[in-house]
This record gives sequence, structure tokens and C-alpha cells, in this order.
Amino acid sequence: MLKTPLDALHRRLGARMVEFAGYEMPLQYTGIMAEHQACREGAALFDVSHMGQAHVANAKAFEALVPGDILGLRPGRQRYTLLLNEAGGIIDDLMVANFGAHLQLVLNAGRKHVDLAHIRAHGVAITPHFERALLALQGPKAAAMLPEGAALRFMDAAALHVAGIACVVTRSGYTGEDGFEIGCAAEDAQALAGLLLERGATPAGLGARDSLRLEAGLCLYGNDIDEGRNPVEANLAWAIARCRRSDWDFLGAAPVRAALEAGPAEKLVGIKVTGRAPARAGAEIRNARGERVGAVTSGCFAPSLNAPVALGYVRADCAAEGTALDLIVRDKPIPGVVAPLPFVPHRYAR
Amino acid sequence: MTQIFYSKDHEWVQIGEDGLATIGITDHAQQALGDIVFVELPEPGRNVVAHEACAVVESVKAASDVYAPLTGTVSETNQAIVDEPALINTAAETTAWFFRMRLEDPTAVNALMSKAAYDEFLGSL
Repeated sequence: MLKTPLDALHRRLGARMVEFAGYEMPLQYTGIMAEHQACREGAALFDVSHMGQAHVANAKAFEALVPGDILGLRPGRQRYTLLLNEAGGIIDDLMVANFGAHLQLVLNAGRKHVDLAHIRAHGVAITPHFERALLALQGPKAAAMLPEGAALRFMDAAALHVAGIACVVTRSGYTGEDGFEIGCAAEDAQALAGLLLERGATPAGLGARDSLRLEAGLCLYGNDIDEGRNPVEANLAWAIARCRRSDWDFLGAAPVRAALEAGPAEKLVGIKVTGRAPARAGAEIRNARGERVGAVTSGCFAPSLNAPVALGYVRADCAAEGTALDLIVRDKPIPGVVAPLPFVPHRYAR
Repeated sequence: MTQIFYSKDHEWVQIGEDGLATIGITDHAQQALGDIVFVELPEPGRNVVAHEACAVVESVKAASDVYAPLTGTVSETNQAIVDEPALINTAAETTAWFFRMRLEDPTAVNALMSKAAYDEFLGSL
């Protein structure tokens, strides 16, 4: 199994390690609840070095593979976009930042090799830097703990030095909170993480990362989106840039356009669940008449809401906010209701 | 103090003066589960067979079954852990018991492990 450059630190901090996307990753240090809370109230430090950093020089060629406005992405800015297959299915969701001479991509750990092959197969040169470390410093106190990045606004990107360490910093994240993702060379990762912990960040694992992103209504690749889902049903049509909707010239554009015009058969929705029992991925969703209308793709107990929440695909006629649904947990229906996303409001430094 | 017995499924069993067995999960089990947010207990009156899944605990991330360590009839459940599941994380082997049951065969408890044997079992995992 692969290890990140922070493996020794995780063990020193007493992390419980789990396998994720081929890596040994920290699930939690002290506990998911406390780490989740630290991120919502202070600042949490996540090791996300399993994600793949890569550089692409040719923005025009790359733009043909995604529905986002890449040529319009100014230097020092980042945006979320999608790699789509010919059928409009989502190969991966990713961040793209413009660093002038090149675009920096941040790819999902479980998809980075698939992405590389896909991008290269379409004749676009891409240079992986998968050996690099990536830290996420997230929470309302993140900017106080990284004053070097305080001048950045949400989705800004810059190369800067933190205590002499060369870093690539974006003001973004996967928790719904203000914060930064900080890339650095593998050999600098321990020093950088140590510095941020010294400044008061709480180490947090994948457990809290998952409950935070779910409260923030953010999709997890492999759970909520995959190659069988297009951006329209995944509620990601906002990632299809206005300027790309005239020529429809990105890979997968025709089926995506058709889905947009016809309306999707199923839609990804947020569901607030009554009681305390979480409905997990795979749980069947039924409408008021008891018909199966979908399934949960992500579900957990939301620590900030003290209640269970879920994401799931439901038949389009059941996707309106306020629709009452039953989620089947251990053969029993648990009432839920389609709720607006995010479950917990985003607090980005716009 | 009466003796406490342990199962390989990480439950503890204590036999009271009334002959009823009180069942909970071990401290090791609560630690492995992490922050517990929900618990579902068997209905009083339910007959359970040893090793049968009869309760559920859910942490933020995952659901786990709790197995009946012995065969018998559930007589009482602990509402306190239903109301406050986090109690299991702080008092797994004391106040956060799960349920009480009348054993079909009171001598069956002798097949379970002593504290020393359970600690040795944990060391072997």
C-alpha cells in the first residue's frame, strides 16, 4: 500500500489508519466528532497528498475535455470542473488553477491514473507530480494560521513561501469552510505540517473530511458521481460555463446538452432524515406511495446538525425541495424530506 | 461484585442477583467504533439465540451489529443510551449497558471468557 509523505507524522499523532484509494490514510486521530467540530470552529489540518497534482501547458487543448471556461480563467484563479467521457459521464471532478505558464490540476486519488490516460489519449500533454504533498487547512481560523495566504480570496491561487518552504496555495477546500489547499515538495511536507500544527491547527482525518463535505453538499467521486452520471443529473450543470453553451464543443457535449434540454430522469438531491439513524450509501428511497424512486449515494450522521443527512439520486418528479420520501434502513422506512443544499451554509472568504 | 464475562464479539455479560444477564459492549468495542451517534435495541420479550445480531450501533461513519452473547429472552433495554448514544463512548462497561435478558441456560455463561482471557484475546488480535 502507498504512503503519503506525512505517514510518520500520522503514526506519531496516533492516527487510526485505513486504506483509501490504494493509500494508507488517517481515518481519525482523536475522533471524527471532535475533528469535525475543530474544522467548523477553529482550523483543521488534513493530509490530502493522495490526491494527484498535475500540470498542463496547453489550456486550449485541455478546455476541449471539460465543460468549464478554462481560457477565461485568469492567472491566479482556480475553478472547479469536470472531465467527461463521450457519453457525458463524469470521469472525474477536479480543480484547475491558472499559474500563468501552466494549469495546475488537482485530481481525485482514485481517478488520477485514469485521468492521465484519458487526457493523454486525447492528445493533451500532462505532467503528473503525484509525489508532491498536499495539505488542506480548513476552518474559520485558517487565515489566522496561514497569514502568508491571507491576501488570497476564495478560489485565488498563488505560489508563495511559508517559513521558507515553496508552496502552491489556493484558497479553497472540501469542507464548506474558509481555508487553503497547500501543495509542497514531499521532503518539505513534515516541516510544513508541523508548523501549521504548532500554529494551532487540529489534525483531522478522512472521517471528518467526509462528514464535513457531506454537510457542505459536495459530491464524493465514486459515491455521488461516476462515469454513469452526467453533470445535469448530478446537479452540477452550473459547472457548464455559459460561454461553452454556444458551441457545445467539449467532449461529451451533445449528450449533456440533450440531458439539459430534456431534463434528467433522475436528480441528485439532499435529504434530511428524521430521527437519529443514518441512511447509508445504497439505502433504497421510496416515495409516499411506497414505490422505489432512487437510492442513497452518501449518508452519515451530520455532527453540525446533530441529525442524519444523505445525498441520493431520485426520480425527477420526487426531486423538488420539500418532497417527503422514505429511506429504507434495516428493512424499515425512515421518513426524510428533500432539502436544499448545502445542509450547512458555506463560509468562503469571497 | 459479581464476575463479568466477555465474548469474542466484544460484549460483556454480568449476571445479577435476580439471575438476569446484563449485556453491553466492551471498552475496546466502543473505541473501535468511534463516536457513537445512534443505537437500536431489541424489543423486550424478543427471544434471541447466541451470536444472533440483535442490536445496532452507528458511528458517524458506519453501522455495526451487536450480537447476543447467549441464548435467552430480552427483558429490559437501556433507554439512557438511546437518548444519549455518546454515553457508550464514555461508560461502555458500566452505565451504558444495552439490554438485560433471562438466559435459557444460566450455566452457558461459563463458556464465555474471563477478564484476563478477554485481555489476552485482545492482545492476539
